[in-house]
Amino acid sequence: MAGNPSAPMQAKLVLLGDMGTGKSSLVLRFVKGQFFEYQESTIGAAFLTQTVSVNDTTVKFEIWDTAGQERYHSLAPMYYRGAAAAIVVYDITSTDSFNRAKSWVRELQRQGNPALVMALAGNKSDKSDERKIPAEEASAYADENGLFFMETSAKTAANVNELFYEIARKLPKAAPTPAPAGGIVLNNQQNAQKKKSTCC
Amino acid sequence: MNEEYDVIVLGTGLKECIISGLLSVDGLKVLHMDRNGYYGGESASLNLTQLYEQFRGGAEPPKELGANRDFNVDLVPKFMMANGKLVKALVHTDVTKYLEFKAVDGSYVFKQQKIFKVPSNDAEALKSPLMGLFEKRRARSFFIYVQDYELDEPKTHKGHDLTKMTMAELFKKFGLEEGTIDFIGHALALHRDDSYLAQPALPTVMAIKLYKDSMARFDTGSPYIYPLYGLGELPQAFARLSAVYGGTYMLNTPDAEVVYDEAGVACGVSHGGQTAKCKMVVGDPGYFPEKVKKVSQVVRAICFMDHPIPNTSDSYSAQIILPQKQLNRQSDIYVLSCSFAHNVAGKNTWIASVCTTVETSDPESELGPGLALLGSIKEKFVKVSDVFAPKEDGQTDKCFISCGYDATTHFETTMVDVLDMYTRITGKVLDLTEKDPSQIEGQ
Ligand SMILES: Nc1nc2c(ncn2[C@@H]2O[C@H](COP(=O)(O)OP(=O)(O)O)[C@@H](O)[C@H]2O)c(=O)[nH]1
Ligand SMILES: [Mg+2]
Repeated sequence: MAGNPSAPMQAKLVLLGDMGTGKSSLVLRFVKGQFFEYQESTIGAAFLTQTVSVNDTTVKFEIWDTAGQERYHSLAPMYYRGAAAAIVVYDITSTDSFNRAKSWVRELQRQGNPALVMALAGNKSDKSDERKIPAEEASAYADENGLFFMETSAKTAANVNELFYEIARKLPKAAPTPAPAGGIVLNNQQNAQKKKSTCC
Repeated sequence: MNEEYDVIVLGTGLKECIISGLLSVDGLKVLHMDRNGYYGGESASLNLTQLYEQFRGGAEPPKELGANRDFNVDLVPKFMMANGKLVKALVHTDVTKYLEFKAVDGSYVFKQQKIFKVPSNDAEALKSPLMGLFEKRRARSFFIYVQDYELDEPKTHKGHDLTKMTMAELFKKFGLEEGTIDFIGHALALHRDDSYLAQPALPTVMAIKLYKDSMARFDTGSPYIYPLYGLGELPQAFARLSAVYGGTYMLNTPDAEVVYDEAGVACGVSHGGQTAKCKMVVGDPGYFPEKVKKVSQVVRAICFMDHPIPNTSDSYSAQIILPQKQLNRQSDIYVLSCSFAHNVAGKNTWIASVCTTVETSDPESELGPGLALLGSIKEKFVKVSDVFAPKEDGQTDKCFISCGYDATTHFETTMVDVLDMYTRITGKVLDLTEKDPSQIEGQ
């Protein structure tokens, strides 16, 4: 943020897309450098943070995974709230998942945040022999709808860091959702407990 | 859907979502369903379209109110005690990371047709016109007694056994006047009526301590906090906790019905021609019409205004308690307000709610004294809700049912019900003791 280069800019990033397209795997690859062939539904880890530096800014991503709530289309409004960036993921070997990605994009557009940075990720690029969606088709769709597009592989790590760095570069320089005045943080501490008052 | 679960939870109200989250964290396999297409059930926050659907038969909301999505109108308005059980549950489960809060600006009490600020510190208390000078001294020694009182340190009890002594007797020991007692019992201990006076003093003393600890926690003008975007964020946040720990979510299941075996024990839930099996069902009273009884009625008026409540120092948020004695009623009337500053309404709009337990056959006019404090009102939405409670504890039929939301303005009774349900369901007592950060970091 302006005038304070040491404080990273916080940015909430959400993932969208159908079950099985590799959303959790992309996050795991980016944050922990890991990949699992049989990725169990990611228990207990749907909120990860990762800090990246681009040019002279540091961005701390707060990454929200769907936690499986996309399965029956039951994502809560809270999920989208205050998001600075969104990655819509499809599986390049599944036409269904690409069509569904388009409806996730419409869902995002309905949230009405013009500053939202949207990325379209065609994942599982390592399986190009089973490819159903040509890169050109996805790229054209992305262009028309103001998204930027990359094909990624959580398995081989191809383009995964690039995807997140490109988002960091595209974020508006000012913090998208400044903390509201008077906002308070709940933690374990009794903030003002030291000041014992004796009357009501 | 044709899977087997440990627990199926019906309804995504706050209580159900907390239970769902706790059970998922415990490692149980949870399916959570709601007949509605949105989270929150009775405790949802609605946008304008949803609000006009419920209260105005689907009429188009007036354009000048602002954008639909700017509104998050609480159906059951309440504030959170900053040091209360709900905050402890949020910290305990780490769900706070999904939420942002603001402190409520001020807390007020109605006395002799006027409203007075509830003093938030010693200096304010000394200046407050609520009590005369001598009464202030007596009240001060009462508050010192309460502050020093520790349950497990008998020497702080000063010879009074608060488990036996009634609250009326304790007040008498300090020689407090009726007006002061009214103020302490209703504006600080937050009792809804006067039945507490004849009960043992301990719960009331603990309630006053909670109020004062909550006041001290963020050092603001009131002991309350409120989540940005409305109370509907709370069930969503706990639902997310449940999902993160493996819980499955299905909204929009209007036909969801509990399935019972020959012995009348819940064994599943049907929806869309399929049945999901389970060992037990948890849910709000709406899913078990034949297993609940009506215990009371609450009337709530939600009011849109283009100004703060008069005489509240232009607060963006405030609470006013109108003690029953001041109104010749059995139960208190509560006024709560918040505003666009909390992302619950369009620019320069305040939302005030007036609420009480119904005592007559004309509930709306019972709200009169509270409504009269608001000044001009642009839109008013009134609803009378039956409050239901389960007839049984769920051990035999494996149906664990929550109680409806009462008229109280905070979540303490809500959490008492949640903790009780958790114990009935699991046989365990939930320890909400906050983890000490110095211990975690010092390892
Ligand atoms: N070959 C290949 N498999 C992947 C890739 N990304 C994810 N997967 C696999 O796809 C399955 C679903 O991944 P997951 O991350 O759980 O998808 P999510 O439901 O979108 O979160 C898992 O078995 C992953 O191992 C990838 O880039 N290449
Ligand atoms: Mg996943």
